[in-house]
Amino acid sequence: MATRAQTPRAPRKKREPSPTRNSPRAAAEATSKGNGSQPKPNSGKRNAKTASAIEFDRANHRPALITPEQLEKLIATLINDGFEVIGPTVRDEAITYDPVKCVADLPAGWTDEQEPARYRLKKSDNPALFGYSLGAQSWKTFLHPAEARLFAAEKQNGAFHILNNDPIPAVSRALLGVRACELAAIRAQDRVLLGDKYRDPIYGSRRESALIIAVQCSHAAATCFCVSIGSGPKVSDGFDLLLTELVDANGHRFVVEPGTDRGIGLLARVDAKPALEADLAAVESALASAAQQQRKLDTAGLKEFLYENFENPQWDKISARCLSCANCTMSCPTCFCTTVDDATDVTGTHAERCRRWDSCFTQSFSYIHGGSIRTSAKARYRQWMTHKLAAWTDQFGSLGCVGCGRCITWCPAAIDITEEVRAMREGGVRADA
Amino acid sequence: MTAAAAQFDAMVPSACVLKQVTKETPDTFTLAVARENGSGENAFAPGQFSMLWVFGVGELPISISGDPSKHDELVYTVRSVGKATHALVSQKPGTEIGVRGPFGHGWPFQAARGHDVIIVAGGIGLAPLRPMIYEVFQNRAEYGRLVILYGARSPRELLYRKELAAWARQPETQVLVTVDYGGIGWHGHVGVVTTLFKYARLHPARSVAMICGPEIMMRFVTRQLQEHGLQEQNIYLSMERNMKCAAGFCGHCQYGKHFICKDGPVFPYAEIAQLLDKYEL
Ligand SMILES: Cc1cc2nc3c(=O)[nH]c(=O)nc-3n(C[C@H](O)[C@H](O)[C@H](O)COP(=O)(O)OP(=O)(O)OC[C@H]3O[C@@H](n4cnc5c(N)ncnc54)[C@H](O)[C@@H]3O)c2cc1C
Ligand code: SF4
Ligand code: SF4
Repeated sequence: MATRAQTPRAPRKKREPSPTRNSPRAAAEATSKGNGSQPKPNSGKRNAKTASAIEFDRANHRPALITPEQLEKLIATLINDGFEVIGPTVRDEAITYDPVKCVADLPAGWTDEQEPARYRLKKSDNPALFGYSLGAQSWKTFLHPAEARLFAAEKQNGAFHILNNDPIPAVSRALLGVRACELAAIRAQDRVLLGDKYRDPIYGSRRESALIIAVQCSHAAATCFCVSIGSGPKVSDGFDLLLTELVDANGHRFVVEPGTDRGIGLLARVDAKPALEADLAAVESALASAAQQQRKLDTAGLKEFLYENFENPQWDKISARCLSCANCTMSCPTCFCTTVDDATDVTGTHAERCRRWDSCFTQSFSYIHGGSIRTSAKARYRQWMTHKLAAWTDQFGSLGCVGCGRCITWCPAAIDITEEVRAMREGGVRADA
Repeated sequence: MTAAAAQFDAMVPSACVLKQVTKETPDTFTLAVARENGSGENAFAPGQFSMLWVFGVGELPISISGDPSKHDELVYTVRSVGKATHALVSQKPGTEIGVRGPFGHGWPFQAARGHDVIIVAGGIGLAPLRPMIYEVFQNRAEYGRLVILYGARSPRELLYRKELAAWARQPETQVLVTVDYGGIGWHGHVGVVTTLFKYARLHPARSVAMICGPEIMMRFVTRQLQEHGLQEQNIYLSMERNMKCAAGFCGHCQYGKHFICKDGPVFPYAEIAQLLDKYEL
């Protein structure tokens, strides 16, 4: 996406607690936030030198090569520039995106096994840092947070005023290890939260200040189907830097392509060398092996098919298994739905309005006076799948599914969106049903 | 909060003083709200709605029911059906409530000019249609006949009774009212709103119909209108779904491929005809 080659934002400085933050709760938050972000004084200037609003021409830039040591330097450089670097780590026996300070924080020598309702991390002989596929969590945690305060307000004598209406996060983040399908998911959320009539400032501020270091996959989980969707494994745009990790007789190294001027600036600062033809050939073969995928989703005419099959016995079969637990929607990187909660303090004079992720699998989601619209699990699953694979195309011009497979892995009932579509299309009965 | 900040963040309400609360029926109240910061921002189109926030309680989508040519205040008619609406209608004049909006696409008043206008409302559904009725009377020469068909559960649940009577006395205007249960002292029509069609003087070929009420009522009314020969493209409906943001972010108001908040709440019948019959959509 050309528009991403934009002026980088200087990581924000420590925020001044607003003078209107006078409740104990708001004051406590202001303090903890202030302590949390350590600004770097001259970071903005250095970034500004490489800033460019013009379209970035990738063809002009040969891929570079860096070693794990240079990756270490890249992370240090980003941290020095004031970024919080978020990358994959191992937590609770799963890959989780967390702040990383150095290469040692990354999951070296781990790979994963994924099946419907099954996820296992296991050790491998390969020392690769990115040798696994996706965990349950996606980057929406950082761009479209699970919980965000819309505003706080103070009331006095029947009148109120809005406090600290500042949705901008205290720190800019560098997202390290964003896979092709996840970039597609970020683009999908861009269209929902930025691309229409209104712009969501909570998402927008995080999105625009984020620096993206994408990683191309060299292995696919059994649940992946990005090839069917056309969202991967090759990364085409939307990144500052794009890494492909290679581990072979020529050593452990990363082919790096810049996608923005900011990316070029970073490469220069870690003394990246040009990549060799052999390295580029190795990237292609890594991608080819990631493109070997077990799962497929036939997207041809899918929208019309689902609209026409609002009534189909397969919905009943799915709903007999679906627990309406909402795991699929929470783990899905494109699902964007939210609800809001209002709360006041004990005096009733300080109110807050918070937004939280919501799921179309809950009854309350469709509640209007008189009762919920979608009372049955069948209607809720149908809403979810029809939105992902049909309505989304009408609404935003692309599928709402990027083929990441998370909903398959993390569904406790092992419901597989690709299988359900296939079964419905074939009109037959599933082997295990 | 400044106006610029309000524009920047569609999710943050502006504080507006509640001027007046008028009881319409035992459970329905009309609220007049003034904006602190000038009149220009109050411009709205008939059929649009606002998000009204009661401090610390909750926020609700409520249609603007006032006169679109009056810019000093925003008027809403609210039926108290639960916690948030009850809190809203219980606010005392002089307190502030939060207002976001106006949101959505309203009634197609421009397209309706040069036509007869048929208004069909059920219950609180008359509230979002009242600005359209004002629009017709203000630009009377632009429109043909105005026919208002209105149904409520009982005589005491009729909204805007004085206005209904006044509208009925206007030239080129027919107002028909019915109730489900009449009771002693009611001499008007009894029955669902569709029973009024046999008394209505309609010229279907030159009419535009605008409907708001319970979904089941709208299904029957659209059928009746088509049986009377109204063209599908001249029928418009206002839809309701759960709504948390009104800006297309929260996902709650999806109705097939539509977001009711930004694509609606008013839809041409042809756009949603396929969806109206779908149960649990
Ligand atoms: C576009 C539009 C215009 C409307 N115009 C009017 C109007 O002019 N007058 C009027 O009286 N009513 C109108 N409504 C309906 C009104 O918004 C609901 O009656 C009201 O939200 C019910 O809230 P409650 O808490 O009082 O009811 P309850 O039935 O007690 O609801 C309980 C909770 O459910 C949630 N909830 C219920 N309905 C909705 C909803 N539609 N959206 C979001 N959350 C909901 C609320 O969080 C509420 O706290 C409109 C609705 C829409 C979508
Ligand atoms: S629907 Fe499932 S496979 Fe598709 S993007 Fe969401 S979680 Fe991934
Ligand atoms: S499909 Fe699976 S993950 Fe999604 S709600 Fe049903 S049981 Fe939960």
